[in-house]
Amino acid sequence: MSSSVPSRVRIQDKAPAIPVGVTETTVEIQPVVAPELVFDSREVSIFYGAKQALAGVNLGIRHGQITALIGPSGCGKTTFLRSLNRMNDSVSGFRIEGQILYHGHDVYGSSVDRVEVRRRIGMVFQKPNPFPKSIYDNVAWAPRNLGLRRGLDERVENALRGAALWDEVKDRLKDSALGLSGGQQQRLCIARAIAIEPDVLLLDEPASALDPIATGAIEDLMHSLKGRFTIVIVTHNMQQAARVADRTAFFSLETAGPKPVGTLIEVDETTRIFGEPRDPRTRDYVSGRFG
Amino acid sequence: MSDPLLPDPTAPLTPSGNLRRRQAVSRITEGAATAAAVVALAALVLVLWTVVSRGAGVISFDFIFKGYPEGVGPMLLGTIVIALLATAIAMPIGVLVALYVTEYSGAKGARTLKLILDLLNGLPSIILGLFAFVFIVEAQEKQTGFAGSVALAIIELPLIARGSQEVLQLVPINLREASDALGVARWRTVLSVILPSALGGIVTSTILAVARAAGETAPLILATSAFDPKKFSVNPFEALPNIPTWIYKVSEEGNPNGYAEAWGMSLVLVFIILVTSLGARALLARSKRKLSS
Repeated sequence: MSSSVPSRVRIQDKAPAIPVGVTETTVEIQPVVAPELVFDSREVSIFYGAKQALAGVNLGIRHGQITALIGPSGCGKTTFLRSLNRMNDSVSGFRIEGQILYHGHDVYGSSVDRVEVRRRIGMVFQKPNPFPKSIYDNVAWAPRNLGLRRGLDERVENALRGAALWDEVKDRLKDSALGLSGGQQQRLCIARAIAIEPDVLLLDEPASALDPIATGAIEDLMHSLKGRFTIVIVTHNMQQAARVADRTAFFSLETAGPKPVGTLIEVDETTRIFGEPRDPRTRDYVSGRFG
Repeated sequence: MSDPLLPDPTAPLTPSGNLRRRQAVSRITEGAATAAAVVALAALVLVLWTVVSRGAGVISFDFIFKGYPEGVGPMLLGTIVIALLATAIAMPIGVLVALYVTEYSGAKGARTLKLILDLLNGLPSIILGLFAFVFIVEAQEKQTGFAGSVALAIIELPLIARGSQEVLQLVPINLREASDALGVARWRTVLSVILPSALGGIVTSTILAVARAAGETAPLILATSAFDPKKFSVNPFEALPNIPTWIYKVSEEGNPNGYAEAWGMSLVLVFIILVTSLGARALLARSKRKLSS
C-alpha cells in the first residue's frame, strides 16, 4: 500500500514542520506544489464483455474543484464516472484494467468495501430519482441508515439549504417528493446525496432532463457546493462545462484497433480547454466543428 | 466532522461507522432469503424424487399404451381428449377477452375485467366441478367428458386471457399508432400487426393453462368417470376415463398394486406437465426476445 501513496501525501506530511509564524509563505507556496488529488486514474481501460469502452485513461481529479467530463455520445465519459464509485460492478460483463486511486487507495482493491466506497463518493443521476416518500424522509433516510440520528432535523435542513431548496419546501416537508417539479426533484436528490456528508459528488448529466431555468438553479448550486465537496460532472452541454468547471476533460472516440474506443484526449483548466486547447480534436469539438 | 460516524475520506476503503453492523444484518437477511429459496427448491425436488422413485418401476410401453388393466392407455387418451376440448373452448374466448382488455375496453373496463379474471382464477376447482355437474351432467342425465372439459375450460380461461393480455400489452404502442396513422381500421391492425407480434406469448400462456388443467381432479370426479369407464374412447359425449381421477380412485382402494399404478400414472402426468410447461416457457422467452429486440 505505502508504495502507491502519491507524492502529495508526503507533501502534506511535511506541512507541520513549517514554523507557525510563516503561514503567509505557505499560502504563497501552495500553488507551486502539486494539488491534492482525490482520484488518480492510471491507465484505466474498461470493457463490457468483449467490447472495450475506454482505453488507457490517465486522469487526476483535484480536491475541492469541479471537474467536467465532456465529449460526444458513446465516448465513455459516463462509464468512467460510474467506475469511480463502482456503480458499474453490477453491469454484467464489466471489467476494468489499470488502477483508480482514491486518496491513494485502489478503489478496486481486494480489501475494499463497495458500500463504503459509495458512502464516501455520492452520485446524482441524469433523471431525478427521489424515493416515493416525503421530502423530509428522502433526505433523512440515508443518515438514519448510517446511524446519524443525532440532530437529524438540523442535518436535513442543512442539506436542503445546501441544495438551495430549503426556502421552497420548508413548509411542506411532509409532502410527497413526487409532487415537486423536475428541477426541485433534482435538487432534492442533491440534498439527499450531501446529507450524509460525502467526500465526492459524482453528477451524471444532472441537468439534461431539466428546462433552462432549473438548469441555471443547478449550476448556481454547484458553484455554492464547490470547495465543500469535490465534484465530477458529466455533461453534454459544453457551455455548462465552461460555466461551472475548474478543469475539463475531453473524451472522444478514437479508432486504435478494429473498433473505435473511448479515449481521454486532453485535460486542462477549463479556460484553456475552451480558449486554447492543445489538441486539434479538442479544438474541433469545442468550436462545434466535430467530425 | 467531529461525529465518529463520519469517515475520514483519506482512510482505507474498509467499513467505517456502523457499516460492520449493517453488513451483519445484510448477511442475515441474505442467508434467510437463500434458505427460503433452498426450501422451495427442496420441496419441488422431494416431490419429483418421490414420484420418480415410486413410479419408475411400473413404467413400460405396455403401461402407457395398453388398455386396462395391463396399462393405463385409456386414461391417458381420456385426459388428452378432455384437455384438448377444454382448450378448444377456452382459447378463442380467452384471446378475445385479452384483445378486448388491451384494445377496446379503456382503462377502467380493463381494470374491472382483470379483477374479474383474477377472481375467476382464484375459484376452487371443486366449485367449477359442481357447476358443470348441475348445469351439464344433471341436464343430460349422464356424466360426460364434455362436462369435464367445460369445467377445465373455465379454469383455463383466466390463465389464457391474463397471459395473452400481458403479451399483447408488450406490443409497442407506436406500432398501433403507426397503423392508425395509415388510416387502417383497428380490427385490421389487431389482425395483421398486433396478433402476429404476440402470437408466441399467446401460444405459451395457452400451453401453460393446458398443463395446469391437465392435472385438475376435482371437477372431473363430478363431471366424468365416476362410474369407472375403462375402455379407449375419444367420444366426449360419454364418460371418459382420465389420469387424475384414476390416481384418486386406485389410491383410495388400499390395494398395493393400485398404489404402484397410482405412482406410475403420477409419473406420467408429472412428466407431461413438466415437459409442456418447460417447453412453453422456452417459447415465451423466445417471443419476448423477439418483441423487445
